[in-house]
Amino acid sequence: MSQTTTYLAKHVKELKPSGIRRFFDLAAGMKGVISLGVGEPDFVTSWNLREAAITSLEQGYTSYTANAGLIELREEIAGYMQKQFSVSYHPESEIIVTVGASQAIDIAFRAILNPGDEVIIVEPCFVSYAPLVTMAGGVPIHVQTLKENDFKILPSQLEEVITERTKAIMLCSPNNPTGTMLNKAELEKMAELAVRHDLLVLSDEIYAELVYDEPYTSLASIEGMRERTILLNGFSKGFAMTGWRLGFVCAPEDITQGMLKIHQYAIMCASTMAQYAGLEGLKNGRENVEEMRKSYRQRRNFIVQSLNDMGLTCHNPGGAFYAFPSIESTGLTSEEFAEQLLKAEKVAVVPGNAFGGSGEGHIRCSYATSLAQLQEAMKRIKRFIENL
Amino acid sequence: MKLTSTEIEIAEILEKNARLSNEDIAKMTNLSLEETDKIVKKLEEHNIVVRYVSLVDWSKIEGHEGVTAMIDVKVTPKRDVGFDAVAERIYRFKEVKSVYLMSGTYDLSVVIEGKSMNEVARFVSNKLSTIESVISTTTHFILKKYKHDGTIYESDDEDRRIVVSP
Repeated sequence: MSQTTTYLAKHVKELKPSGIRRFFDLAAGMKGVISLGVGEPDFVTSWNLREAAITSLEQGYTSYTANAGLIELREEIAGYMQKQFSVSYHPESEIIVTVGASQAIDIAFRAILNPGDEVIIVEPCFVSYAPLVTMAGGVPIHVQTLKENDFKILPSQLEEVITERTKAIMLCSPNNPTGTMLNKAELEKMAELAVRHDLLVLSDEIYAELVYDEPYTSLASIEGMRERTILLNGFSKGFAMTGWRLGFVCAPEDITQGMLKIHQYAIMCASTMAQYAGLEGLKNGRENVEEMRKSYRQRRNFIVQSLNDMGLTCHNPGGAFYAFPSIESTGLTSEEFAEQLLKAEKVAVVPGNAFGGSGEGHIRCSYATSLAQLQEAMKRIKRFIENL
Repeated sequence: MKLTSTEIEIAEILEKNARLSNEDIAKMTNLSLEETDKIVKKLEEHNIVVRYVSLVDWSKIEGHEGVTAMIDVKVTPKRDVGFDAVAERIYRFKEVKSVYLMSGTYDLSVVIEGKSMNEVARFVSNKLSTIESVISTTTHFILKKYKHDGTIYESDDEDRRIVVSP
């Protein structure tokens, strides 16, 4: 260890690097790999959005925007949230445009947590939640959803870990990596529990546009939840804008203004050209979203059935673009499976344990890749299993 | 005829990729193979899926000779049969690849493929313009195809995403 690590803060030194990182290093050096390991759409941002950003540059819109983002964009976001998800937020005081939903999660935790406050993290989940809680001085409390329940969280599981220090629950539906979506009835049970224990809920709804079977319900639209929900969303998944880093957060005014203080000191505002692209997306991008959703649904159906056919049992994920099959029948651990598959057949998947304890015994297969690639990947995985 | 949304979806899938097997289409639409076979057959029998074709970029083939022309044709419609009879006289020529009835300043848009400009010119002067109802023709030769039926010819499909991401 080099001398300069002594300068690092203790809690940063203790922070574990993401489990995905190791796997990335392994896969990145190989040629001819079919990757089902990618957590982003395979679509390029629609041309009308890209063109809007180019136009904004041509017209010289290159300065800062308001801290909370362009007011026109916030107004469009408010309209979009109302129309699409039946939740109403005031564009002037209850919406912040952020640098991806990731930054929104960061400022949300930093705004609400006192040292030692507990946040319940429902796993398997996106890799950032727990580290961001820790960085904000909070304590992540992990709860594992189970395969038997199609990775849906049960209120009784939450009940078991709620303490006096519990401040918030972190939820993500549809979920990365399981694709599981909570329907209205299930969210109502969550709401009842949150109200009874007076908890905040951070609802990561970044995949809300990508649902395939049941209609989507936003947690904030459930009675009694608007005042205790921090709603996190963005353009990355639904509008295929990952690289633009454009997200937003909606919350009651007091919380939003708290987050805005951190946001203005830490980041000033989201990228201006990205905001203009997002504006175009909300104004004229619906058709593209529908088209992408349809294509994902076909691929979801294809991969889920192919995996089940070859004996890797897999629940039907209601949203996002991930299948999360069990590989327990092979007798391998998630990491062994992923590593051997990569070496033998050059297919990259992400070991399920990278997303939390109950992810062990599973792999995450992203189907945000062309059907031709998926067909080939399924062939290779089948051959890999048969040769084990 | 009225189709169900699933039948329409299968027509769309085939339009994008005619080489997909019915097995794969069944998986994509959550149908049984039998149901899928039945729908594909229905689409074919009713001439909704008219034919399975490939989009070939002939310009890539060395020594390939060929030109495409789009011709604006003005015609006098015939009593009782209107434009249809004239269109039929035109589309029956094998050189003619498509014929559309248009709104605007001319009536029929005719696409012709030939080996050379001369060949197309001969066709226009000998066959097309001599049809009784044809009043005038304006011929445009295509110099380069950028995008055809929704497909970009010189598309850069490289996947720029990092191999593994959270």
